Amino acid sequence: MKPNHWSKIIIVLFLAIFPLIVPSDYYRHIFILALMWVVIGSSWNLLAGYTGQVSFGHAAFFGVGAYTAGLCVTKLHISAWWGMLLAGPVSMVVAFFIGCICFRLRGPYFNLATLAIAEILRLTAIVWRDLTEGMQGILIMRTFRNKTYYYYFALILAAACIYAIYRVIRSKWGYYFVAIREDQDAAESMGISSFRYKTFSLLISSFFTGLAGAFYMNYMGFIDPEVVFSLYFISIMAILVAIIGGAGTIWGPAVGAFIMVLLQETFRSSFFGLFPKWVSQAHVLVFGLLVIFVIRYMTNGIVGDWVKIQRLWSKNKEQPLASTGS
Amino acid sequence: MNFFETQHLTKAFGGLIAVNDVSFQVVKGEIHGLIGPNGSGKTTVFNLINGYYPITSGKILFEGHELNGLPTWKICKFGIGRTFQVVKPLRRMTVLENVMCSAFNLTTRRDVAKEKSLEVLEFCELTKKQDFQAKELTIGDRKRLEIARALATGPRLLLLDETMAGLTPQEQAEGVKLIRKIRDSGITIIIVEHIMQVIMNICDRILCINYGQEIAGGTPAEVANNQAVIEAYLGKE
Repeated sequence: MKPNHWSKIIIVLFLAIFPLIVPSDYYRHIFILALMWVVIGSSWNLLAGYTGQVSFGHAAFFGVGAYTAGLCVTKLHISAWWGMLLAGPVSMVVAFFIGCICFRLRGPYFNLATLAIAEILRLTAIVWRDLTEGMQGILIMRTFRNKTYYYYFALILAAACIYAIYRVIRSKWGYYFVAIREDQDAAESMGISSFRYKTFSLLISSFFTGLAGAFYMNYMGFIDPEVVFSLYFISIMAILVAIIGGAGTIWGPAVGAFIMVLLQETFRSSFFGLFPKWVSQAHVLVFGLLVIFVIRYMTNGIVGDWVKIQRLWSKNKEQPLASTGS
Repeated sequence: MNFFETQHLTKAFGGLIAVNDVSFQVVKGEIHGLIGPNGSGKTTVFNLINGYYPITSGKILFEGHELNGLPTWKICKFGIGRTFQVVKPLRRMTVLENVMCSAFNLTTRRDVAKEKSLEVLEFCELTKKQDFQAKELTIGDRKRLEIARALATGPRLLLLDETMAGLTPQEQAEGVKLIRKIRDSGITIIIVEHIMQVIMNICDRILCINYGQEIAGGTPAEVANNQAVIEAYLGKE
């Protein structure tokens, strides 16, 4: 099911020394974004993949986290790094209120409620100019010019996030989360307060998403509501990352994050300049096709259906002439 | 103080009165049957005890505590476990994990929960299936899993909702054995069942309801010979 130990060690080593062996800032940038998406995807996965509460509005927490860091500079006149401390708790407070409203609903109604609330926050951030500077956005001075620092920061953040979620999943809470995903009524009759544990799941999820948002502010140096509260660039992307990698698996979102970020970048740069410019517009289309493919052939994502993929691989090796069908 | 009782329990869904003024007592340590024709309100009574539906009027008392208005999970923590007629396995979890979710009621430690769950699985004779995904189980094993899960929450009162329905005669016999074993371990049971052979066999007392109203109560023999019960099941002569 999982890649064997050696490949794991190699991957970890590679990630640990990546910025030292790859001098190009461009590739570092892509890997930093991918690591940030590992955090967001894993957080989304805890709430949706494990607890079964599919959120269409994770941009809400990302945006709140980013703006927490941004406002540290513009309003409190302190370093945006303080945002890394504040963003988690602030996102959790916002998440708590969102949970109180949305967890009254189940299934698609819950999904739509999260979507609506994220949109409300986006519009609020646009309109409330006194606080957020509106569409002008917030521009701060970046602390480091060298991307290596940001890279390691993102790496630690991603590792901490995955480790925390791993620990949660193996604890009582993790069992309760999955029980709620599988059957909320059964869970209730087993003594599990579904509201309470859904809220716990949401709080953890929002905490890390908020951290990712604050990191984004620190790293990019610029945010505006259309970016950090974006339905497409954040909320939908979070879903794609987790689903393609494998919702309900620990490593799925990590794998999904790298695939999605690399794919997005490949298209954005029109295959690194090999193809004409208009190709860069096609990435949405390709994402769509990818989602259809994953849902049709790999319901559990790449990590969840790894066995299936391996089987396909070995079969092809044995019979190189066999058709690709079946 | 009665171990468990309902007083004038009533549930109305709009104009439809599903349970109407049902009062009964359960003595500690007995197996109490709840029977009635299809749609007579048996499962609704369970859903009321369990807190799944809010009560329209009346009272439910368990060891002297009033359960009215408590959420389902709290009622479970009070010591009332239940199984569902339409089984609700946690499909994408193993049998062991299913039971562990319940066992976490009594502990927060994983190893303790696992130990407790293994005990319960042994008790329910599901040990061999512990690593199966719940969705892979046969209906007989699913029903057993329901019972195991309810037992792992550490109940003092167990509500069994048609745990025999759809089973082969042999599985039924094993089920009866299991239910007796549960009772012998000191857990009081209220059982809803359609299979008369089973119910007459294992119950100490039976309550028969029809159209949400109690029509007879007493020992199995008394209920079986009660004219109202015979009419409810077979119609009037």
